[in-house]
Amino acid sequence: MRYLKESPSQTAGPYVHIGCVPSFAGLEGMYGGNDLGKSMITGDARGERITIEGHVIDGTGTPLKDAMLEIWQADAAGLFHSPEETRGDADPAFTGWGRQPTDAVTGRYRFETVKPGAVPWPDGRMQAPHILVWIVARGINLGLSTRIYFSDEESANSADPLLSRIEHQNRVPTLIARRDGATYHFDIHLQGPDETIFFDI
Amino acid sequence: MTKGFKPGTFFQRDFDWHPPPLTPGYKTSIARSPQRARIAFDNTMTEATGPVFGHGMLGDLDNDLTLNYARPGQSAQGPRIILHGHVLDQEARPVPNALLECWQANAGGRYRHKKDGYLAPLDPDFGGCGRTITDERGYYAIRTIQPGPYPWPNAVNDWRPAHIHFSLFGQGFAQRLITQVYFEGDPHIALCPIVNTIPDKAAIDTLVAKLDMNHTAPMDARAYRMDFVLRGRRQTMFENKMEGM
Ligand SMILES: [Fe+3]
Repeated sequence: MRYLKESPSQTAGPYVHIGCVPSFAGLEGMYGGNDLGKSMITGDARGERITIEGHVIDGTGTPLKDAMLEIWQADAAGLFHSPEETRGDADPAFTGWGRQPTDAVTGRYRFETVKPGAVPWPDGRMQAPHILVWIVARGINLGLSTRIYFSDEESANSADPLLSRIEHQNRVPTLIARRDGATYHFDIHLQGPDETIFFDI
Repeated sequence: MTKGFKPGTFFQRDFDWHPPPLTPGYKTSIARSPQRARIAFDNTMTEATGPVFGHGMLGDLDNDLTLNYARPGQSAQGPRIILHGHVLDQEARPVPNALLECWQANAGGRYRHKKDGYLAPLDPDFGGCGRTITDERGYYAIRTIQPGPYPWPNAVNDWRPAHIHFSLFGQGFAQRLITQVYFEGDPHIALCPIVNTIPDKAAIDTLVAKLDMNHTAPMDARAYRMDFVLRGRRQTMFENKMEGM
């Protein structure tokens, strides 16, 4: 049996913004001035509008100012904007995919999105509402995957099939965004006592 | 009743083939590498699906870096090349509709970026970014100039080999990948601490584009071939009961 090997990853480096968010990087007008993934809401999207913001923090406690994050999630009804979605039609006014740089001065990232509905675990049980997050930056050799869960979904979180199988339950809070009004705060710690749980997906 | 196969979850990633998080020769990785084990689980729909990009979003010059930032009548300076190949999965099947985004330094090794202070000059006709989407055969091609090598602050005399950064979207978020493409014959490949984050020489070789004289544009541009491989995918059997049965 002969399988090809996946192309090996290399760091996104310090200039990932040129290729992925060129207008943010100062290449005004490139691709019509529209950085891909900047707006996830393209119309009158259903569901609750939320903001997610935070920092990506290195092992010295310093926020990364050259990182890029992408998120992927279901719509408010729990449906994906994907040709493989067979359970119904996803909200046409919501893409489900966002891409944002961390701010070059403050290191803060921010997504304007809708709160996702629940999607099933392979055995049919429902997962708690969550968002997939992917982080790349200089010094990160292979993009890091994690998930955002929501602090106001306590009962769904406690029944979640993925969260409940995590051996070190004291690390689960690293995956839970803290609600403050319509904003959720979610810091990602690359190292240290609060190191975020990263997944092999 | 209809029976068939539908795309399932992705093959397990080989973390011995990819660079590990902590690679002290590349100093920035030291404070940015997670130290605890990744937690593994089989893909749910969240990981198995991903955004889909249509050919309709592309502009005519998006895949031509020699022209997409150039002033009218001008083009970027440097050795003109076509970089082309296929995006395949691990079973060598083409991956159609994959979005490829690339970025690179100019022919002198300088990026158009606030944080790049290298003394090589900017090229007024070169922005340094491009993108394309694979066709139904998984094929892609970009036209650009060969980037220059450049020094970078790591050890006191570290230079990057000439390279083009690539971001790839396959058919599910679990295939998401960023990597770099090098050029056959460059002696800096063997010396580079970022290249050498990859433990296996055979893996490094898969990132080296080969001169491809069959696909040059005569009197215009030389060609280099680079094939990308994204994770393979299991097939899941399904049965659909027809209405009323
Ligand atoms: Fe580079």
